[in-house]
Amino acid sequence: MSEKEIDESSGIETTGHEWDGIKELNNPLPRWWLWTFYASILFSLGYIIYYPAIPLLEASTMGISGSTNRGELAVEMQAVESARQVTVQKLDATELEDISADAQLGRFAMAGGASLFKVHCSQCHGSGAAGSAGYPNLNDDDWLWGGDLAAIYTTIKHGVRNDVDEDTRDSLMPSFGADELLDPDEISNIVEYVLQLSGREFDAERVADGRALFADNCSSCHGADGKGIREFGAPNIADSIALYGAERAQLKTQIYRPKHGVMPSWNGRLTDAGIKQLAIYVHGLGGGEKAKAE
Amino acid sequence: MCTALAVGKKRKPNRIMLAKDDRKGIETTELQVESFDAEAVNSKQNRVLYEARKKIHPKRATGWFRGLKWWIMAVTLGIYYLTPWLRWDRGPGAPDQAVLVDLANRRFYFFFIEIWPHEFFFVAGLLVMAGIGLFLVTSTLGRAWCGYTCPQTVWVDLYLVVERYFEGDRNARIKLDAAPWGMSKFAKRFFKHVVWLLIGFATGGAWIFYFADAPTLFAEFFTGQAAIVAYATVAVLTATTYVFGGFMREQVCTYMCPWPRIQAAMLDEHSLTVTYNDWRGEPRDRHAKRMRAAGENIGDCVDCNACVAVCPMGIDIRDGQQMECITCALCIDACDGVMSKLGLEKGLIAYATLEEYEANVQLASNVAPARSETDPAFDPSRIRGKDGRLITEVRATSWRSLVRPRTLLYLLIYGLIGMALLWSLAVRDTLKVNVLPDRNPVFTVLSNGAVRNGYEIKILNMTGRDRSFLLTTTGLPGATLKLSGSQSLEGRSLKIDVPADKLLANRIFVRVPKDRIARQETGFNFNILTIGEDDKVVAAARFEAPQDYGK
Repeated sequence: MSEKEIDESSGIETTGHEWDGIKELNNPLPRWWLWTFYASILFSLGYIIYYPAIPLLEASTMGISGSTNRGELAVEMQAVESARQVTVQKLDATELEDISADAQLGRFAMAGGASLFKVHCSQCHGSGAAGSAGYPNLNDDDWLWGGDLAAIYTTIKHGVRNDVDEDTRDSLMPSFGADELLDPDEISNIVEYVLQLSGREFDAERVADGRALFADNCSSCHGADGKGIREFGAPNIADSIALYGAERAQLKTQIYRPKHGVMPSWNGRLTDAGIKQLAIYVHGLGGGEKAKAE
Repeated sequence: MCTALAVGKKRKPNRIMLAKDDRKGIETTELQVESFDAEAVNSKQNRVLYEARKKIHPKRATGWFRGLKWWIMAVTLGIYYLTPWLRWDRGPGAPDQAVLVDLANRRFYFFFIEIWPHEFFFVAGLLVMAGIGLFLVTSTLGRAWCGYTCPQTVWVDLYLVVERYFEGDRNARIKLDAAPWGMSKFAKRFFKHVVWLLIGFATGGAWIFYFADAPTLFAEFFTGQAAIVAYATVAVLTATTYVFGGFMREQVCTYMCPWPRIQAAMLDEHSLTVTYNDWRGEPRDRHAKRMRAAGENIGDCVDCNACVAVCPMGIDIRDGQQMECITCALCIDACDGVMSKLGLEKGLIAYATLEEYEANVQLASNVAPARSETDPAFDPSRIRGKDGRLITEVRATSWRSLVRPRTLLYLLIYGLIGMALLWSLAVRDTLKVNVLPDRNPVFTVLSNGAVRNGYEIKILNMTGRDRSFLLTTTGLPGATLKLSGSQSLEGRSLKIDVPADKLLANRIFVRVPKDRIARQETGFNFNILTIGEDDKVVAAARFEAPQDYGK
């Protein structure tokens, strides 16, 4: 601005800015405002000295407080952990079946189980526990190794076909085709019988032979009625749910050279209370069974 | 660099008749009107780059507007300090505080009204009304909010009462300021600040009582058991009240508050503003009687500065309409008192619209056809009749200036929103249901081929009594219902108990046999009936099945 313009009516210098004929007066700044500005600068200096502030090549200045967001998080996590300790100890001391009877403990177990599931289980079983081909859906009522609380607890704790845990769930279905125990035609006949058992469309001509072959080769594990035997983890093949698919080709492949799912043993990787929480969560997804009276 | 918009027209007072030497050393005019040595803080000669605040010593005013302001102060402060202590019986289990913002339980209580979080639109509606109300008030009464009801104005008024009690009125305070420190000055100042701090403390203290049960919190607060946030809130509000009311005062309005600038943009030529009627006041002179006797044509203003002395903003209203003016009307009271003593009509300073003012200016101006912008020459004889009274052509402000299409439209909108809120409050439900279908998995096929869908059903029991609800479905043949995670039986209906004034979320499994599923997607309704009452909600939902089902 080369020339100072003085507003006629107020006698104050203008800034030279003009909007639609309205000009801006260059009034003096209140001095307290200026002090506030200086105080802010002083505050920022104090902040820089006290907190980590100036980024360096590798890290940053640490400030005399030594406090970092990561450190604060650790402290807060520790506080949460210790606040949970009482309930966790109660979980440890309570029998699995009795946990849900205590409403507060039951809610804690469900919430903790849901969170553990997202971290440790959802990679295979899916975040909604709906599984996928080869990974069981945990929402339904079809259980390979048992669906009551104790059975689910054991499966989580020791895993399935785990080569480290000695108490792991273990079983093996023979490779009927690959090891030439049955010829392909016989396998096809068994497939038709399995389709009949599970209520799907089947070839009536092959079923009779398939039924006989099933009784000889399969019923020892899957049961005479095909409803499976949980001691062996042998699935119920007479229901609507098939882990590796219920199409002819899928069934054929599974008999020719069966796939076998494995599951980690969580014993030692999760606390016992954590495994209990997971068992209660999975049991509560909708397919949980009541424990059988002994 | 701080800047301020040039608002309105600042008009240079006409001092043709005033000799410079006459201004000083005169305490009273010959008309027994007290004269004050007061000067506007924002006058031309007081401008520098960084400006220290000039202390303002407002003189106590008396008159109609001062009386009105006392009443408004008593009522608004009374409401603020006492409301949390009002009780309202809502039955057992519910708070008995009439007005309570219960953040922990997410409820807002206002006498017989209880607002849940999902009804927050009531608050939004009130805020919209506040906005329209601002338009309405500003377009009719100008900056009435600033002058009468703004907490800053009210608390500064209260702080001035305290200041006046301990230190005396304007002149005594100016003398005390200049006096050397001694026991007397120290005592006056000490007790003033103690009372100021107590008022600040009470102000902060009253605030927290809106958020918790007042008697309980009161006891907790003084026994050191209240939450740290309560003490912090009181500390902050005590400090702001003390600093804003005792020290910052007009600085808050002029430099910190955006309201004056927003309101200035909403004024028009029909808005009421506090106006110095220079068309009858000028030329002003301290020796009006003597001058008049000498045959000089003199205006009504005797330049006694009473209007400047009472102004809490420290301005001179005779400089014209200015951003600093909060339209508290105390200068009107001061000037009316002087005019009465002089036997002249009141209203030399008065509420007037710009339109009326301009008309009167035309009437009094002796420069044809219109007055000059910078230096109008007024001829008082043009507006006074032979009897010495103002002629009837002079326009005065009346209620008619309030009734205009613009204000009526604001009033209409304001009223409609208010009625709509009241109506929705009157007919609002005491039962609300939200149905959220499970998204992952969308459905589960069971071993016998049946399909199960999961829903989270939230039932809001918005009454003060425990209620039981019966959950059934329509439009979904063969469906059975089951509560998740419970050992409850599966059936066609479910009974759900919801405690008084609570929201209960339930996971519900709906199962349909394979042969009853007709489509991949079936629309159906959840019916929630209150057992023993005529309160029912129907919520739409969808039942999902695998693609090859129902074909």
